[in-house]
Amino acid sequence: MPERLPPKPATSAGQFDLFGKRAGGPRIYSVSELTRELKAILEGRFPSILVKGEVSNLRAPSSGHLYFTLKDADACIDAVLFRTEARRLRFSVQNGLSLVARGRLAVYEPQGRYQLVCDTVEPLGAGALQVAFEQLKERLQKEGLFEAARNRRLPFLPRRIALVTSPSGAVVHDFLRVLHRRYPNLPVLIVPARVQGDGAAQEIARGIVRAAKQPRVDVVVVARGGGSLEDLWAFNEEVVARALCGCPVPTVSAVGHETDVTIADFCADVRAPTPTAAAELIARVKDELVAELAQRKARLGRAMRAQLERKRGQADKLRARVADPRRLIGDRKLRLDRARQRLEDLITGPLAARQQMLRALRDRLQAQHPRERLHRLEREVARLQERLGSLAARTLAARRHRYEGLTARLDALSPLKVLARGYAVAFDARGHALVQASQVQPGERVRVRLHEGELSAQVEETKKGSGDG
Amino acid sequence: MADAAAQPVSEKYEDIVARLARVVERLEGGGLSLEESIAAFEEGIRLARAGATKLEEAERKVEVLLEGDRTAPFSGQEK
Repeated sequence: MPERLPPKPATSAGQFDLFGKRAGGPRIYSVSELTRELKAILEGRFPSILVKGEVSNLRAPSSGHLYFTLKDADACIDAVLFRTEARRLRFSVQNGLSLVARGRLAVYEPQGRYQLVCDTVEPLGAGALQVAFEQLKERLQKEGLFEAARNRRLPFLPRRIALVTSPSGAVVHDFLRVLHRRYPNLPVLIVPARVQGDGAAQEIARGIVRAAKQPRVDVVVVARGGGSLEDLWAFNEEVVARALCGCPVPTVSAVGHETDVTIADFCADVRAPTPTAAAELIARVKDELVAELAQRKARLGRAMRAQLERKRGQADKLRARVADPRRLIGDRKLRLDRARQRLEDLITGPLAARQQMLRALRDRLQAQHPRERLHRLEREVARLQERLGSLAARTLAARRHRYEGLTARLDALSPLKVLARGYAVAFDARGHALVQASQVQPGERVRVRLHEGELSAQVEETKKGSGDG
Repeated sequence: MADAAAQPVSEKYEDIVARLARVVERLEGGGLSLEESIAAFEEGIRLARAGATKLEEAERKVEVLLEGDRTAPFSGQEK
């Protein structure tokens, strides 16, 4: 506890009097003296120590130095990591990170502060590389680098494979051996790059970029044989990650052994556990492809034959169906014929009966034909005519005989007989016999009938007779 | 050597095989007319040939990329 001071301010001399009274009292240090002494003690006592704690209050000014506080549950200490050392770190110091710092204790006199000046810091627990790996992985993941188009398919049959790796060493040999065992004539372009040590990452990244630009290259492989995490580190670097992610052709990472995982594995389209596994993933077995092709070709041939068989079958079926109508037509013809027959029967049956009836009637009619009667009558007429003829002839002869007798008798009586004796008869124009002269007038024409012939005469004169009335 | 890329068929092998597979399936499906079948068969044969050519056409060449993007045959003796 400090000693109680007097109630009112005193002169500085008075103050120190309290101590001055004590003869042989403790040494009085100046601040500088004390600080210098502390510095000597602390820096001498802790020239190189390891301190573990959690990072807090991290500051990274433009100077490039890193300032932070290391703390644990009960205490804290300032620490600094100068730029040169800070740049060597593969991981980044972050608040909350538990780490082990190696360094020395330093006292900064002007501020009377002590701090830990770190040579290096190591994450506590996991190695620095591991932490660096996790940190880069997390960062790139947040950036979405691992997802976007990171799973392009490898070409089924690569035209040219670019292999970014060290041209010396077993990797190239193993890769080519497996590749060409599977597919003997696949072209490979080896893009040399150091795969270990300073600048390796840059060479690999550049190799990826160049490889993708080469003609016909359609897959880029980055490969390295097994090694420590340190050895494989180049494949965990951001520059390689970005080169892989930006590669225009599909990429394959084949780094280390099966258990090794690198950032490159997350960035490549395909992760192969080893370089020889990469060769197996990239190249199909040519013999199998040839066999498959042959098998497909054979299947094609079978399919074609089957198709032809089918078509032939269909054609046969169709032909059979084509033949059918003919039979059908035949059938229909028969049916038609039968129908027609029936129709005819229906028609001609009654017709025939009628015809027969008609014939009978006609016969009967024929029997009644007038011709017969006419013949009979004609015959009768002829007979009668004959009889009539002979009768007439007989009658005529008799009549003639009689007529001749009568004529003779008449003739004997005929006045004309008188004419023979020289008498004549005159007739007027009208044919009247003239018995009186008054019957005619002079100038009239009269006909005078003589016994033989006539005279035509003109009356000259009429004279009245005695006998005339 | 870049111009060895002047290949007769630009189509990719897997496309050829995929088309061949489709042709085979179509033909096996049997829904085609005879003319279509023959056309499909001819196409299939052509594709099979093209595929076989594809498998053979690559020339085994192992080269190493030099500075200036030149290439040299790879001997396996590189440093």
